[in-house]
Amino acid sequence: MRHPLPRRSGKGLARGIPTLLSVASAFVLWEAYVRLSGISALVLPPPSRVLDQIVQNRALLWDNTLPTLHATFAGFALSLSVAFTLSVVLDFLPRLRKALFPIFVISQTLPLVAIAPLVVLWFGFELTPKVLLVALVTFFPMLVALVDGYASTDPDIEALMRSMGATRGQVFRAARFPSAMPYFFAGLRISITYAVVAAIFAEYVGARAGLGIVILNAKNSFRPDLMLAAVVISSLLTLALFGAAALLQRIVLRWRNPEGRA
Amino acid sequence: MSYLSLQDVSLSLGDTAILDRVSMSLDKGEFVSVLGPSGAGKSTILRVLTGSLAAQSGTITCAGQPLARRNDRFAFMPQRDALLPWRRVIDNLTLGLEVQGMTRKAARARVMPHLAEFGLDGFERHYPAELSGGMRQRAALLRTVVQERAVQLLDEPFGALDALTRLQMQRWFEQRWQDARWTTLLITHDVREAVALSDRIYVLSRRPARVIADIPVPLPRPRLARAPCAKAHALEAQILDILLHQTGE
Ligand SMILES: Nc1ncnc2c1ncn2[C@@H]1O[C@H](COP(=O)(O)OP(=O)(O)O)[C@@H](O)[C@H]1O
Ligand SMILES: [Mg+2]
Repeated sequence: MRHPLPRRSGKGLARGIPTLLSVASAFVLWEAYVRLSGISALVLPPPSRVLDQIVQNRALLWDNTLPTLHATFAGFALSLSVAFTLSVVLDFLPRLRKALFPIFVISQTLPLVAIAPLVVLWFGFELTPKVLLVALVTFFPMLVALVDGYASTDPDIEALMRSMGATRGQVFRAARFPSAMPYFFAGLRISITYAVVAAIFAEYVGARAGLGIVILNAKNSFRPDLMLAAVVISSLLTLALFGAAALLQRIVLRWRNPEGRA
Repeated sequence: MSYLSLQDVSLSLGDTAILDRVSMSLDKGEFVSVLGPSGAGKSTILRVLTGSLAAQSGTITCAGQPLARRNDRFAFMPQRDALLPWRRVIDNLTLGLEVQGMTRKAARARVMPHLAEFGLDGFERHYPAELSGGMRQRAALLRTVVQERAVQLLDEPFGALDALTRLQMQRWFEQRWQDARWTTLLITHDVREAVALSDRIYVLSRRPARVIADIPVPLPRPRLARAPCAKAHALEAQILDILLHQTGE
């Protein structure tokens, strides 16, 4: 019973067109405003000038993007492994889950603005504090997503597996873990948008290199055009990571939209 | 000496009494159906047998022993098919065998020869979301019987099938049962199906479920290969009468 479904990729592109159009028209309006009002480029540089800065400073931007990416990935890898390990432990020990969960919630209420300088003070200007801050910010959405995802498992499926004689571990692997995947990807997409921001903020507070440092230096030398150039790069970075997560989700959750079967 | 027996099993959920001193016994190899109005508590009986609900009182024994926590005699087909949506059809069919320790390869070898008669050949690499309701139910039935457990607990296994497929699957099941002689407890609300397949029929009252009739079906087999006889019609009428009388109370 295969339904003739339309090709997804074509539909995806078509859905992107309104977004592209509105972004493009925002830039056009911005450019027009700057030119017509005669506002100083030191206050509000036009998008053409920001683009020009990106091209001119491409070596600088590239050299400083790498440390940011490095911190983002390392922090993400750390928080992902800790969140996953902990989620499994908590799934098998519901009492511990009830005891620890409030602590994780509290970890989320700590304002990044106040925590970042402290973490930099304690761990220095190298990679460690950035990794820790990225991990702190991304850890909780993924942990909650996994824990909620396990709980969403269809009780009929669990009852069926137990009737087959499945152990708790078998039920986890065959039913609870796959049930959590849609939730996990929702959490992952939220986390990813926080990750780059957290890395840049940690750099801004204290680092030797990175997009945060580019922004800081540009601010100190009254260069809003260069600041905005770095901002554009960081958004592109976030978008790329978001896209990678969405792609991974399409592959892992193929069973939900199985029309493109192998 | 009955093989599977429930004695005075009672169960309430919250303030709702669901099972009221239900007693049943099945001989080894016997085919028994449970008929009852919808919402009576039929599925609940299977939930108690498979250990996902605990009875508040009463005893259940299988082969003379109280039920073990991990029971290796029962194969259970839930009312909703409970296919795992992230597993391809073939991997759903082998689930029980793999859980019980068989290698994936051996489990597939056991399942593959049955795909055609279950109308699933060519669909083994599909995901459950791509199957029709009838195909899903056939997959769930195959997943159950392929475990070759001594006791088959089937919750309305033919309910979602169209009339023709239902007859085909019932025939297939009767044949397999005649060879394998599984002790079978079949939940159904279809009187004709119960008469066509069972050695004996328990009729349940409305909730809280009590056993209100225990009706032997002494008809020759195979029954589904030919048109139902007059005696079958008489039995159907008798059971319908019991059920209707019950609902009219
Ligand atoms: N958690 C619950 N609390 C109270 N009543 C319940 C609960 N779960 C199911 N029931 C009731 O139990 C009755 C029996 O359900 P079930 O065994 O599924 O009936 P059926 O005979 O249709 O298979 C139903 O009337 C249902 O409303
Ligand atoms: Mg039911």
